[in-house]
Amino acid sequence: MIKITDLDFVYPHGEFRLMVPDFNIKRSEKVAVIGPSGSGKTTLLNLIAGITVPKHGTVEVDEVTVSRLEDRHRRAFRITRIGFVFQDFALLDYLNVLDNILHPYRITRALELSRSVRQRASVLAETMGIADKLKRPVGELSQGEKQRTAICRALLPDPSLILADEATGNLDPDNKSRILDLLFECVDAHRATLLAVTHDHELLARFDRVIDFQGFRGGVAE
Amino acid sequence: MSDSLYLAWRYIGFNRWKTLTLMACITLITVLPLTLQVLLTETERQMLARAASTPLVVGAGGSALDLMMSTLYFGRDVPELINMSDSEEIWETGLADAIPLYVRFRARDYPIVGTTLDYFDFRGLGFAAGRPLAVLGECVLGAEAARRLELEPGDSLVSSPDNLFDLAGVYPLKMSVAGVLKRTYSADDLAVFVDLKTAWIIEGLGHGHGDVARDGDTSVVLERSEDNVVANASLVQYTEITKANIDSFHFHGEPENYPISAVIALPHDAKSSAILRGRFLESLVTAQIVVPFEVIGALMQNIFRIKNVLDAVIVVVGLATVLAIALVFALSLRLRQREIQTIFKLGCQRATIAHLLAAEIILILFASGVLCVGILLIVDHYSADLVRLVFVN
Repeated sequence: MIKITDLDFVYPHGEFRLMVPDFNIKRSEKVAVIGPSGSGKTTLLNLIAGITVPKHGTVEVDEVTVSRLEDRHRRAFRITRIGFVFQDFALLDYLNVLDNILHPYRITRALELSRSVRQRASVLAETMGIADKLKRPVGELSQGEKQRTAICRALLPDPSLILADEATGNLDPDNKSRILDLLFECVDAHRATLLAVTHDHELLARFDRVIDFQGFRGGVAE
Repeated sequence: MSDSLYLAWRYIGFNRWKTLTLMACITLITVLPLTLQVLLTETERQMLARAASTPLVVGAGGSALDLMMSTLYFGRDVPELINMSDSEEIWETGLADAIPLYVRFRARDYPIVGTTLDYFDFRGLGFAAGRPLAVLGECVLGAEAARRLELEPGDSLVSSPDNLFDLAGVYPLKMSVAGVLKRTYSADDLAVFVDLKTAWIIEGLGHGHGDVARDGDTSVVLERSEDNVVANASLVQYTEITKANIDSFHFHGEPENYPISAVIALPHDAKSSAILRGRFLESLVTAQIVVPFEVIGALMQNIFRIKNVLDAVIVVVGLATVLAIALVFALSLRLRQREIQTIFKLGCQRATIAHLLAAEIILILFASGVLCVGILLIVDHYSADLVRLVFVN
């Protein structure tokens, strides 16, 4: 599902350098990435999503070499095939819950907003327990509800890969476990692959595999 | 674009106060110069057209502009008065026809214009309903005055007293509406026309009352001699002229000494006009003769000079506003960096961001445009009244 080969990435004006000689994740795997702050976890997610592009090496997602796609194709690939869940939810406060879930469909031509998509959004919201809040402004939601909304948004285009960047970082323990349950359920239901960055070691046992990013500049410890 | 418009609409709705402030700035800066232009165009139309169609005006010495405002536009300020003899003198020169005007009184805030039937011919005033003035105590209404007062031929209108607290003053006169004029989009539309004699009755120079010499009521008689009867203040004067009492109306004093506010002089040709003007210069009489087009033209020049200054101010303020709006958008973009980064991360194309911002600007400009058009339509609708309020009253 994800295949990284000989990756060597340096930010244009920074000293940070990320080297990943070889990195593979199979389809439908649920993988956790741990490591100290500044070790390059988020950079790795950005490289896989095609938000940033390496100068050396290749990044393949679902047999597509993302790192070699043109910018607009890379964006279209990302919005249709990759679901991103952010730590700070990254919801738009001027939209209600439903509009936030449907937001990816309104900002690209690669996705078409149809009646069936709206129905799917409702079903997804039902699954996540926020069906009764679809018309509410996100400012009125609890942290847990906001993260569920963000997960709905990530899952709605039916992506084959879900990238979660500390998706449970802002939640209390109860909500963490509940949100992870829901995320796993949806990932299983959609037969998607999950790559989640987390600092929460209590949750690691629930993943198929854990990648320790400590010293990823030199290699991966599993 | 519809999705961009939808998102922009939601954003604008969420930030409604910021949006309203922006709209107000854009609307104000657009509406100001346009409103000014509409009003000045209307001013020019109303004032110059009427001035150009009035060859000469004779009035008391003093401000020529005040004389014009009263004679042409029936303004509220009454100029120094002249006598009816001035009008007759113009007739006697044989150089021009003379139309006397007495603009002093008001009826329910509309100017009462005492004149002769020649005025209607001179201005080309036609009747929408009713007939011209025929007997004492009748009035003819301008189209707009009739509409606003909801009067039609057969109704009556009472003149307003000069001073509410003048207990010894002249009684208001109840006038019968004889006709309503066709709309002319000029000051005539707002006037109440009466015969000069009716205007003098309103002033108290003429009146009607019971015959104290013949009536048996001695309580009203102060003094009685063989050829004269003096009545006291309890003698009831008629406040309405009817068929029954019209014969009792009479005037005191010499008609040539009766006041008028101005005379419109209609010279037979350019030579007559020049001679007439020369006579007024030579004789150094207290009256003045003026060419309305010159007086109003000078006024308009001053107005346009002021407008040029205002235009310059508006341009500067407009530039400052545009810069401020640009700054607001720039700051808004900075504040929305996180949002923009998020939708970039989701996979949004660069052009879509531009679409979103363009949609917001289009919506704000469109709403401001609608507001502008609305305000301008209102200003245009009331421009005649506004011009009258600002320049005439």
